[in-house]
Amino acid sequence: MAKYLLIMRGTDESNAAMMADIGKAMADTRQYIEEMVKAGVLLAAEGLDDPGRGAVVDFSGETPVVTDGPYGETKELFGGFFLLDVASQHEAVEWARRMPAARGSKIEVRRVPGDDEVPQQDGRFAPGNTGGI
Amino acid sequence: MDAAGVEAVWRIESARIVAALTRFTGDFGLAEDAAQEAVAEALVSWPRSAPANPAGWLTATARRRAIDAIRRRTALRDRYALLAADLATGGTTGPALDEDLDPDRIDDDVLALMFISCHPVLSREGRVALTLRVVGGLSSEEIARAFLVPVPTVQARITRAKKTIAAAGVPFELPPAAERRERLGGVLSVLYVIFTEGSTATTGDRLLRPGVAYEALRLARTLAALQPDEPEVHGLLALCELTSARFPARTAPDGSPVLLEDQDRRLWDVSAIRRGLTALARASAGGLGPYGLQAAIAAAHASAASVEATDWERIVVLYEALGRVAPSPVVELNRAVAVAMASGPAQALAIVDELVAADRLPGSHLVPTVRGELLTRLGRRPEARAELELAARLCTNHQERSVLLRKAAALG
Repeated sequence: MAKYLLIMRGTDESNAAMMADIGKAMADTRQYIEEMVKAGVLLAAEGLDDPGRGAVVDFSGETPVVTDGPYGETKELFGGFFLLDVASQHEAVEWARRMPAARGSKIEVRRVPGDDEVPQQDGRFAPGNTGGI
Repeated sequence: MDAAGVEAVWRIESARIVAALTRFTGDFGLAEDAAQEAVAEALVSWPRSAPANPAGWLTATARRRAIDAIRRRTALRDRYALLAADLATGGTTGPALDEDLDPDRIDDDVLALMFISCHPVLSREGRVALTLRVVGGLSSEEIARAFLVPVPTVQARITRAKKTIAAAGVPFELPPAAERRERLGGVLSVLYVIFTEGSTATTGDRLLRPGVAYEALRLARTLAALQPDEPEVHGLLALCELTSARFPARTAPDGSPVLLEDQDRRLWDVSAIRRGLTALARASAGGLGPYGLQAAIAAAHASAASVEATDWERIVVLYEALGRVAPSPVVELNRAVAVAMASGPAQALAIVDELVAADRLPGSHLVPTVRGELLTRLGRRPEARAELELAARLCTNHQERSVLLRKAAALG
């Protein structure tokens, strides 16, 4: 099994379509999530808040600069994600195909590499797994 | 859609398709065969043109294959007339499928499928093979690879299991509530066997075969979603999550095992630990059962920063509780290890010596392994060395054996 992140990328068009019938969109999403739970593949799912409430830390200069935002093109912004534990990339893509996504949106399917695949300089560096324990 | 795409759809849909077909035909073996034929057909036809609704296509095709098969069986002519009538009114695609794919019934169907494939009339091997095949959607080749047995052996096990189910006249339905709880134990033990086989291979040269362990984990999650009110289901899920959280630290880059005390705990999968603790909390609702208790022990390890910082007293108490609800010599042996950590090797040695005197784990390498460790800690080196060498002779896992021999050699 391998972990995959399905990243939702909405556009102004798809967000508007979703908001036009938010009740249905939420019911469809709940059903979709339930399907993945029953298939035993869903590890985590979260939606992201309005990008305007976020912040960007920009490392272009000598010191990091913090700005409000992000206010980039909507189609480049992530709206939320699903973390799946599936047998193959094809299975992750198949789940992505089934997402009740509004017309115009895109789903990015990205693999989360295992610890044994990440280059480890001293055998101790393990990105993505640096929690307190 | 290519072969890998077909496989992906099959993996997601197989349990529901086989379950729906079994309800439709009343014949579990026939349903399974028909579903396999539909996949074979999909492999040929989907690369040319992929259907808009792959699951519906597979179900409709399998349904036609099942009807063909029934048609060939003259003894079942009456039943065919019935099905043909149903087909004529319902059609082969569209509305009739929706009726088969009624989401509420499908859930019960998949659960019924789990209970059938773990039915007590089957041998343990039969239950394991059938569960992986019909609920997990694994091929005979994949199952054979997971259990290091030849493909024909797996095929024979599956065929025999299906025949046994048919001969015993097992109905396709969820067992009644009272019986279900009893039978649930069998389902849990099959998932546990699959998980254990994947997390510590009994033979062979690799310590871990994580693929099969993760399949058991996925099925445990499915079972927890379908039976949310059964504490032990959450207990087993917690145990699998917490155990698999340690996989990244359990083997060195060369594949050799890394003991708990030497594991880099920063490699443990923190999100798996979190999921395990959540499942454990749900399991604790009405007191922990055997799986919940084992999960609680795993949780004590998972939440400790080091072996020294581990709450060994609590682990001893948990093993005592486990020994009461599910007594076994292996539990006793593990309790001895925990006692050694909590109160020293001498007290632990007394427990192990009782096990030896009662000869309760004959032929197992685990008793001399633990006894050797305890003797080492007590400074009784020649005895310790003899025990570890004995353990190495009895051990069937190459990687584990080499660790034992290294330890014996280090004792001079």
